[in-house]
Amino acid sequence: MEINKKILMPSKETRQEKFGRTLSFISISAIVVLVALILYFIISKGVSTFTQNHVNLWDFISKQDWSPSTIGKDGKPEVGALPMIVTSFSVTFLSALIATPFAIAVGIYMTIIGPKKSRGFLQTVVELLVGIPSVVYGFIGLTIIVPIVRTLFGGTGFGILSATMVLFVMVLPTITSLTVDSLNAVPKHLSEASLALGATRWQTIYKVVLRSATPGILTAVIFGMARAFGEALAVQMVIGNAILMPKNLITPASTLTSQLTTGIGNTVMGTLGNNALWSLALVLLLMSLFFNILVKLIGKKGKLK
Amino acid sequence: MMKIKKWSLMTAVVLMAGSVLTACGVNSASNNKITVVGSTALQPLVEEAANAYQAKNKGLSITVQGGGSGTGLSQLQAGAVTIGNSDVFAENQKGIKAENIVDHRVAVVGITPVVNKETGVKNISLENLRKIFTGKITNWKQLGGKNTPIEVINRVKGSGTRNTFESNVLNGETAVKAQEQDSNGTVRRIVATTPGAISYLSFSFVDKTLQPLSIDNVKPTDKNVETNAWKIWSYEHMYTSKKISENTKKFLEYIDSKEVQDGLVKKLGYISIHNMKVKRDAKNQIVH
Amino acid sequence: MINPKLANKIATGVIYGLVLVVIAILAALIGYILVTGVPHISWHFLTTQSQSFLAGGGIRDQLFNSIYLLVLTLIISFPIALGAGIYLAEYAPKNWITEIIKTTIEVLSSLPSVVVGLFCYLVFVVQMKIGFSILSGAIALTFFNLPLLTRNIETSVESISDLQREAGLSLGLSQWKTITGIILPASVPGIITGIILSAGRVFGEAAALIYTAGQSAPFVDYSNWNIFSDTSFLNPLRPAETLAVHIWKVNSEGITPDANAISSGSSAVLIIVILLFNVLAHWIGNRLYKKMTSSK
Repeated sequence: MEINKKILMPSKETRQEKFGRTLSFISISAIVVLVALILYFIISKGVSTFTQNHVNLWDFISKQDWSPSTIGKDGKPEVGALPMIVTSFSVTFLSALIATPFAIAVGIYMTIIGPKKSRGFLQTVVELLVGIPSVVYGFIGLTIIVPIVRTLFGGTGFGILSATMVLFVMVLPTITSLTVDSLNAVPKHLSEASLALGATRWQTIYKVVLRSATPGILTAVIFGMARAFGEALAVQMVIGNAILMPKNLITPASTLTSQLTTGIGNTVMGTLGNNALWSLALVLLLMSLFFNILVKLIGKKGKLK
Repeated sequence: MMKIKKWSLMTAVVLMAGSVLTACGVNSASNNKITVVGSTALQPLVEEAANAYQAKNKGLSITVQGGGSGTGLSQLQAGAVTIGNSDVFAENQKGIKAENIVDHRVAVVGITPVVNKETGVKNISLENLRKIFTGKITNWKQLGGKNTPIEVINRVKGSGTRNTFESNVLNGETAVKAQEQDSNGTVRRIVATTPGAISYLSFSFVDKTLQPLSIDNVKPTDKNVETNAWKIWSYEHMYTSKKISENTKKFLEYIDSKEVQDGLVKKLGYISIHNMKVKRDAKNQIVH
Repeated sequence: MINPKLANKIATGVIYGLVLVVIAILAALIGYILVTGVPHISWHFLTTQSQSFLAGGGIRDQLFNSIYLLVLTLIISFPIALGAGIYLAEYAPKNWITEIIKTTIEVLSSLPSVVVGLFCYLVFVVQMKIGFSILSGAIALTFFNLPLLTRNIETSVESISDLQREAGLSLGLSQWKTITGIILPASVPGIITGIILSAGRVFGEAAALIYTAGQSAPFVDYSNWNIFSDTSFLNPLRPAETLAVHIWKVNSEGITPDANAISSGSSAVLIIVILLFNVLAHWIGNRLYKKMTSSK
């Protein structure tokens, strides 16, 4: 009887297992619920520009005049978000493009070729950078980068170029630290095997370590771009924040996020002016989804077989 | 057994967290709490006044936050806050039913055009100022200054400062597409460091890093605002719903008192509402 | 065809070059903030209340609020992120649902802070009537922290060699026990990095807090330990301006004559606090690591 019971009852391990599995499942569910909530919130608010205020979706993504609270020449409110979409896109893309090689170099240095002492130092510096408030980045950009761009390239110094440079520094810590994580996660025996076969260190890094860390590095880039997308206060001070189609890298422009941040406090909820701003948030969401999928596709192509 | 124990523990924790949250909810709805939200520019004044007022009236709790004039008014309309601070007339804010709320004007703010010091211009006609902001004059040379292109720094659409400036200067014309910044501090920094820049600021933010402009030889001073010789000024409003508690009423009376109007209001760079020789309505017309 | 040895040299050179550039930029940046800020730091600056319009205000309350907010945020977000990270690394089935979950979490981190701030304002501050408070601020910051922290814990857990898992399982331990007893202790250093990074984000965030924790610093009594009292410094339901919000406020609408000094002084203090937190976290992490893995 006793033995029978013991065998039929779930063991202590099984119960532990169930408990742990449930606990971790609850956590992930909590996150999913939170994410779903906020996504629903943004989508419902962002869509109402088109459903309630009857703005033409095509006008929204193709026209260049943005002034939702005034009536334009054709008798409709001006809600053309194209300049901001283009600017957000270029700023994010450029800053991630510049930051990635640097982040990978620092990552390789910190995990493979650098002396151990310098690793801790670099790590600390990178971690410090995350905590500097955007406002401070903005002011430093305004007092140092904008004048430099002005003297080197002409114009007023405000524009995509300055914004890219500020964002480059801001996304660097995120990309670097996640890259370091994924480089660390590459099993040691892989690189040892490669070195044992007589490959040089660079061959090992390039053909083995980087290849197997690729998915992780791509996630790092995604998080970096996400930070660039969402940044407002710093960008807005150095980009000029003018809703104009960017002609080149040194004319004032404006990103989705900076329009959103500056405008949202001055509009009343439920009006077109406010809804249009939520639509910008929706565009931002879709764009970052697009970037995300794109990067993942690239990652799949280059995956180790 | 163990499983049951842990589960009950977890449920207990969740329940406790829930009850703490609801308890807080009940607390904050009580009557001696005043929540003020809105205009970032007005926030320091109301916050200081609230601190002084709370020191005298124990048991009263006043929370003053920013968030922008639009937020203040829409949250007041939604019934989420007691007082909505605004730099603009509720009548001019889209989506607000101004007839349902009550305006309390607590101070006046003067606004002056400012330029970068290197431009070499100190006085301008209203006509030319309009031409700059509508993009018809593009170089300081045309106004007798240096040969520098004009860089217009505008304020964010819908902000109180921009509304005031445009209704007094632009005469119904549309402003040129230009940079838009949302705070006095940032504008001051940009104008001070960018050659050829022009923008406009509240009086209290003008310092020696910038050159304020006189318009048609009228200087931007408090005295000129009080007599309306200087036209670019606006009210700072504290809006409430029609029915307000005794505590809220007393707090608003305190802000209107001589103590605050001659003290804090002046110290923070505003002009006392009592000193104004003229009154304006929401359509920017002088009322007698 | 370049020979492999030459390529090796060139590549190493390029890596060193890039690292040097990064170090130069970072050193200049941090140096700039410290050089302009440190002269303004004094005991008086750290221990007095802030001023709205007079010179000589300090940052006592803001500094405390930043730290308190960080603690609360970590209390809320760390357990959730830990559970979620473990789930994704160890339990999640490899299918499209998991992929979607991962993607949405990543997308979440790209939301502008003002959007998250307003969302939390409408839901927690107004709907749930928590009011402008440190708690609301902590909830808002949890939204920022979760993606990065979850991702970080997931990677650190994944990076532990499978040998360790097999060892645990072969001892007859449940998978859960293996994770909590073997895998987690081994991934402590990685997790600490994640905590430090998210702490940095908490210290530096401003836009989301304006709508949740608020931008005013009402009177706070540091001798009042009653957590339910309005003036108690421990009350999580009081509005609280953090250091980053204070820097933002002083720069954008502040009219104190010494706004520049306060701003650069506060930035320097912030960097120093993050540095201290960093050192402390690494120290605790190392001790934990040694104790839990009983390695030397």
